[in-house]
Amino acid sequence: MSTSTTVGAPETTPPPAGASRQETLSRPGVRAAVGLAVPVLLLLAWWSATAAGAFSAVQLPSPQAVVRAGVDLAERGDLWTHIGISTQRVLLGFAIGAVLGLAVGSALGLSRWADALLAPLIGALRAVPSLAWVPLLILWMQIGEDSKVTLIAIGAFFPVFTTVHAALRHVDPHLVEAGRAFGYHGLSLLRTVQLPAVVPAVFSGLRLALAQAWLFLVAAELIASSMGLGFLLTDSQNNGRTDRLILAIILLAVLGKVSDWVLGLVERGALRRWG
Amino acid sequence: MPAHTATAALEPPAPAPRPVTGTTPAERHSLDVALQGVGRSFTTAEGPRTVLRDVTLTVSPGEVLAVIGASGCGKSTLLRAVGGLDTAFDGRVLIGGSPVLPYDERTAVGFQEPRLLPWRTIRRNVELGLPRGLDRAEGRERVHHLLELVGLAPFADHRPREVSGGMAQRTSLARALARRPGVLLLDEPFGALDALTRLRMQDLLLDVHAATGTTVLLVTHDVEEALQLADRVLLLSRPRPVPGGPDPAPGATVGRIVDVPGPRPRDRADAGLARLRSDLLEGLGVESHSH
Repeated sequence: MSTSTTVGAPETTPPPAGASRQETLSRPGVRAAVGLAVPVLLLLAWWSATAAGAFSAVQLPSPQAVVRAGVDLAERGDLWTHIGISTQRVLLGFAIGAVLGLAVGSALGLSRWADALLAPLIGALRAVPSLAWVPLLILWMQIGEDSKVTLIAIGAFFPVFTTVHAALRHVDPHLVEAGRAFGYHGLSLLRTVQLPAVVPAVFSGLRLALAQAWLFLVAAELIASSMGLGFLLTDSQNNGRTDRLILAIILLAVLGKVSDWVLGLVERGALRRWG
Repeated sequence: MPAHTATAALEPPAPAPRPVTGTTPAERHSLDVALQGVGRSFTTAEGPRTVLRDVTLTVSPGEVLAVIGASGCGKSTLLRAVGGLDTAFDGRVLIGGSPVLPYDERTAVGFQEPRLLPWRTIRRNVELGLPRGLDRAEGRERVHHLLELVGLAPFADHRPREVSGGMAQRTSLARALARRPGVLLLDEPFGALDALTRLRMQDLLLDVHAATGTTVLLVTHDVEEALQLADRVLLLSRPRPVPGGPDPAPGATVGRIVDVPGPRPRDRADAGLARLRSDLLEGLGVESHSH
């Protein structure tokens, strides 16, 4: 059969020119070490520049000062409050936005009528810059958790909505027809055929949405809050505590990266199951 | 051969299917199909285009009817109408005496491509064909039995991409059988397979038919296959214009209906079949080279 010839093919083709370099990079640990090289160099440059006294502590504090600021905040318990409340807001807003994005994206991706009715409106809402919602949300919901979580949910909604909506349009019509022929329709068809077929697209939408959620978190906390990493940023700016400011930025980078990594693990499992 | 074919459509039904031993009554479940003036037109930019018209024919329960014809003459269109995959046809399609419903659950379709869900195992793909509301244990039992029937039990937990094209097509057949259809509709199911696998699949279809007794409508472009498997062969064709006469109506219709003699499995080298083959090939507009 034709498959046997295609299986044999890769063995006979000569390896591409860069193959040996790729092999070095794919060795465990090597890639991580290479990826750490530039950050470590930057850290060294930062350290030597501050040690040489090139900057004042307000312009650029030393790495040790940033670590001390972190330890100080941790000992007072404030650090955990800030991290905890920010993470909670992101996860809540992300979950709400993702579920809504999945639901609305499915509805518009499957129903031509829903699409014709709602797609222009949603397209217009997506064009509104995120910060434009803040005054309205504060007016309606006051300064509290609701307005912040809502803003983050808005940010998470659109990437999920857009990817699901587009991907459902391109599900193999042959598979959909087969599903219908065997008695699946509506929600059961969505669950059995269409959603599993768009799992890869859903996850790329979810990862974008998570990044958006952190972005919108900072927007929400910068403007009106008394806790959280965004509050730590403005508060430190007002007090001239550049060490804490840099600490907050590093924490945002670490939290964003860790949450994306966790979602990536879930994605890998899902792709093994449905990919 | 006669170009006007309404008389051919009124020919007596085919001989009854051969009796089968060793099957439970629940598995012997077949329905008749009545086509009454079935036609289909599609809207195109240049206006309506008639693909099929005036197909009138009765298929008796348990019969195997092969549908052949040149490409584009509406073979698949006819099959889709019988399965309720297409509802915009003219005329009437009755299954077991009542009109066909959208995606009619008394029928099951085996498509030209296997159309398996790539993320499901072979077993779970066959489960897709089970009727809704069937008891779980009974469903498991039925799927197991079907996997045995099509010889895929050892591959039940493989994914579709891990099995050959022939195995994928056998999975598709098992999935179609899972709902115990009264009418099994097969749309060139073996067309994409290599010659040897195709012969094996034909034998398998005969086994399946013997085991289930279901009525089968088999669309094929292979005259050989039609003669090997079918009780009757329906040739769809467009009437040829008569010189000087009026233009024939557009669209294909019943060209001939041929009874295939002899019990199955048939000798592929039988002389009577050879004559039928050249007849049918001629009906398809192909020279049979049997001077």
